Parts: sequence; structure tokens; C-alpha cells
Amino acid sequence: MSTPIGQPTVPPDRDRGGPAQPLLSIDGLVKHFPVKKGLGGRPAVVRAVDGVDFTILKGETLGIVGESGCGKSTTARLIMGLMPHDSGELLFDGELIGGRALPWRDFRAQTQMVFQDSYASLNPRMTVEGSIAFGPRVHGVPKRQAIERARSLLARVGLEPSRFAARYPHELSGGQRQRVNIARALALQPRLVVLDEAVSALDKSVEAQVLNLLMDLKQEFALTYLFISHDLNVVRFLCDRVAVMYLGQVVEIGPADTVLASPAHPYTAALLSSMPSMDPDARTQVAPLAGDPPNPIDPPPGCRFHPRCTLAEEVCKGRVPPLAPVDPVHRVACLARQPGSGHSAAPTLSVAA
Amino acid sequence: MATLAPHATAPLLDVAGGAAPLPDAPDAFMPSRGFWGQVGHKLLRDPVAMTAACVILAIVAVALLAPWITPMDPYRGSMIRRLKPVGDATYLLGSDELGRDMLSRLMLGGRLSLFIGVTPVILAFVIGSGIGILAGYVGGWLNTVLMRTIDVFFAFPSVLLAIALSGALGAGVFNSIVSLTCVFVPQIARVAESVTTQIRSRDYVDAARLSGASTFTILRVQVLGNVLGPIFVYATSLISVSMILASGLSFLGLGVKPPEPEWGLMLNTLRTAIYVNPLVAALPGLAIFIVSISFNLFSDGLRSAMEVKA
Repeated sequence: MSTPIGQPTVPPDRDRGGPAQPLLSIDGLVKHFPVKKGLGGRPAVVRAVDGVDFTILKGETLGIVGESGCGKSTTARLIMGLMPHDSGELLFDGELIGGRALPWRDFRAQTQMVFQDSYASLNPRMTVEGSIAFGPRVHGVPKRQAIERARSLLARVGLEPSRFAARYPHELSGGQRQRVNIARALALQPRLVVLDEAVSALDKSVEAQVLNLLMDLKQEFALTYLFISHDLNVVRFLCDRVAVMYLGQVVEIGPADTVLASPAHPYTAALLSSMPSMDPDARTQVAPLAGDPPNPIDPPPGCRFHPRCTLAEEVCKGRVPPLAPVDPVHRVACLARQPGSGHSAAPTLSVAA
Repeated sequence: MATLAPHATAPLLDVAGGAAPLPDAPDAFMPSRGFWGQVGHKLLRDPVAMTAACVILAIVAVALLAPWITPMDPYRGSMIRRLKPVGDATYLLGSDELGRDMLSRLMLGGRLSLFIGVTPVILAFVIGSGIGILAGYVGGWLNTVLMRTIDVFFAFPSVLLAIALSGALGAGVFNSIVSLTCVFVPQIARVAESVTTQIRSRDYVDAARLSGASTFTILRVQVLGNVLGPIFVYATSLISVSMILASGLSFLGLGVKPPEPEWGLMLNTLRTAIYVNPLVAALPGLAIFIVSISFNLFSDGLRSAMEVKA
């Protein structure tokens, strides 16, 4: 076939913890944004991310889905260190990010991000190859080599270097710009790539091409993806596992096939039924979700989903459901799925045991 | 491939079996013109801006060469040949209230007028950009402290501020440059701050942070190029204001002292002759006007040349 373009796959010595060690573990991640309510008003906080934990295994694609404002993007930015988190722990391949063994600079060389807005994420006054070569240049790669790497990456993402390398972002289409952004993210030979709504702004046909490209690149460069999206179809296509977020918390996490085929959380079920179906017989007749998400400044007590939930009972207003396993790989935060929770639909203890 | 329109979509990847074909000569280096090269290219095709630039260059050249090319001694007056009209046989542009040659004085006066008009803007550009970019990029309390301090200066009308500072420092060329710089620093800093704040929140700055670049590198490579343009355009438009303010200070006796020729000062001393020989009295004002409008037109051209299509 073809000679390896760009870089060789990840050198084995970078894999410190072995294949069983999750690439990224997030534990109790919290980010509150202070807001002022007018003059003399009580200071309030927006609980954008309120105790999120999940792990990303090596070589997998983990999808994060949820409505806008549920904290998906904030989670991504916290992981990338673009803003400091209030509390919680981030472990990359077993090492504390920002700790002595893995300072931020070293972590960043191994983790990159692709943003949603393909235009805003490229410097308008820099050529495409200049933007891609910037990262390697920062890390001490000589200019000529950095440019060469940029060009081979451009070729790899499907943009012929002789035609595209010297262009400016405004001379490219949205899909081409997003390919450039992907090439830029790969220029530092990352192990984890965070894709924050990376294909959401693209046309459907271009989106499919970029998704195929992402799948190929994952194979070739042995990447792990954190894929943030609101499009369940895309998540189903690309992701191995999926985490569903609601109001700053993970409410369900598990294999994409299981979660999207037989959701355990009523919110996931509502999200799925809000997707238009190709089958006229399967049309959505009633609105699956009533109203907007509650104000994250003042989230409802107990289960945060209970005001909109079809299964809600009295017990849901008082108890915060923990993220508990329904089977070894599938966890859900819903009292109706937890034995002994007091919810009438909860499975009996003997069944679960 | 080569016949494809430039905006045709890139080839589908799975067709190429995982890897798109590499061009045979990856070293076919096509040097891009670079951003500033493009700006220069566009500017050269702008007739208005180029005319303005030529006028400015001509006036600057005349002013610089004035000591050697003035037709007459600009300091030597003649009591019997006062206020000769424009087009006089000896005095091409007439003579002033002390019988000195207007043309020679206008030529030599351009030196000081341009100097005290342009220098404050250059100084304010450097200082104001520094303050504004720092405040805009760092943000937080530093931004609050710097920008609220700057806001204090906006409480005064700029003419009043220039006069007050000049008056406090005393008359003289150096002091009027200092006071004009103080007038322009806040204005430029404010523009610099707002542009930088905008740029800082762009995803490409975040992407640069993610690549592990230091703050200094990000400022130099990613921010400066996007910020300096708009500030520079704004500063260019301030040159005309600065020249008029400088002339105003001289007019009030706070800048250049007689008998030194300077356009604002000449306007002042000739104002008594406005009913006797209005055309001659208006000449220094005309000179200020031409230079100001040239700088303004040039900065307009620069602004449109630097626009990046979205």
C-alpha cells in the first residue's frame, strides 16, 4: 500500500500503564461559574459541570451527548485545561495531569482538540501550513521539518499540499477547514483527540466524509477519541461507548449499542425518541420532552431530571440517584433502575442479586 | 485532478485506500505572499490611497529638504513688502505680516508641523498598544485597573487635556509632544484592548494554548498580527487630529515659539491679516488640511486593504 505518511504510530514507550489502564480517568470534576444577579443581588453560581466522572479506555471512541447547555463543551475545555476546574481529579494514563509526573505541557503534547467553528479555530492571517506547523515549531521542530510535516498531514487529510498549503482559511470551504483543523491536531502526534462538535457545522455529505476520515486516522495513528456531539446518529456511527449528560452530570454511560438501543435512563429514552425516524409508522406523536432544561443556577433537588421525567415519583424529589451499574459495563443514574431505591418501578433486590 | 475547480470538494478518502496520493514533488515550494505582502499588493491598486501616499511623501520630502531648497530666506522680513498677494512676482505665495516669503516659510514650517504631529502618534502607538494588548490579553483585575485608569483621561475633551498638560509643562516643542502623547495613549489603548479581548476568545488562540506555546509566543505569532492592523489604522487616522491639535497648541502660544515657522503658529500670527489678504492668511490652514486629509484617505485605504474576507 502506501508508505506511512506523517508520523509513525505512537511509540510504544509512551504507553505507560499498559492497555488495561484507562487513557483518561475523570473523577468528580466540578466547575461552577459565578454570576451576579444585578446590583446587590446574591451571588449565584451556574453549575455547569457538577461532579462528572467517567473513563476513556485506550483506543476507544467515547461519545458525550446531551442537550445544549448540559456541560459537554465545558467538560471538554476542563479536560484540555483551557479553564481551571474547581475540584476533581484528571488522570492521564494513570498520572495526575498537572502533577509532577505529568506537567500540563507534557499532557498537552499528547492531547489535542478540534473545535466546532472551523473558521474561528484558524488564524485568518496565517496560511494553512503555517497553522499546522505552529505546534511542532513550538515544540522545537525546525521550520523546514515542521512545514514538511504539515504538508504530509495535509495530504493525509485529503488536501493536496501543492494546492492548499499556501492558502488562507477564508479561501477554503467549511469541510476543508475542518480537515485542516484535524491535521493541526494531529501535528503534535497526540494520543487523545477531543472532538468538540467537530462535524456539527458541516453539510451532511461533507460530515460523512470527515467522519470516515476520522475513522481512518484513528486506525492509522492509534488514536483515542472523545467525541462530543448532540447528533445521536453520528454518535451511533462513530462511538464505542457513550455517556449521556444532563445538567452538568452524567446520567447514563455504557456501550453505544446498548445505550442507544435500549436506554436505561428516561432522559436517554426521551432523547432517542426525539430523533425523527425514517419510518412513517414510527413517527413521534407526543413531544418526548416537555419544556426547557431547568436553570443550572438552581437545579431541582433530588434527581435533576424529575420535573420533566415520565417516571418521576415522590422519592425522586428527595434522593439524588447515584450512577450505579445495571450490568458490568452499563451504569445509569436513575432510581427507577436501582433495586431498593423505593421507586415503584425499581427492580427487586433479589432480581438484581 | 488539475481540471477541478479550486473549490471542488477534496477527494474522498476511502477511495485512496486509507491514504490520499502524495504529490510527486512535495518540495514544489510555492512561496505564499504572506499577509502583509497581500496588504501591500492591494494598497498599490488603490488609486485614492496611492495619491494620498504620494502627496504625503512629497510634502515630507519638501519639508526635509527645506533648508536647501527654499527660494528665499524664511526668516528675513521686509517692512515695505508686507502681505503681498499670492502670485506676486517675487513672492510666489505672497508674504506674511512681517514681509517674509510665505512659500519658504510653509516649506520649512512643514518640518516642525509634521514632527510634532506625527511623533506623538508614534509614541502613543507604541505605549498605547502595549497597555491595551496587555490589558486585553491578561484580562481580570489587571484589565480593570488599567482600563479604568485610562477612562479617567476620557473625562476631559482631548483639546482641553492637551492645553492643560501643555500649560502645566510649559511651552515648547518637547512639552507639546509629551502632552499630545498623553492625549492619544488612552485612545489607542482602548482600541487595542477591545481588539485584543475579541481575538483572545477566538478558538485559534485556544488551539495555540493547547499546543503548549508560551504566552509570549502566542502574543507574538497569533495575536499581534491580528491586533496591530486595526490599531495601526486607527493610529494613522489620529495623525491628522494630532497635527491639528499641535497647530492649535502653537496657535495658543504653547508649542513652537516665533520666529520659528510652524503652520499653526503662522495661522495665528496671520489671523490679523484675514481682512487684508485672506488668501495668504488661509495658506497655512490649507497646508494642514491637505496633510490631514491625505493621512485620513491613506488610513482608509489601509483599512480596506487589511480586511480579511470571512
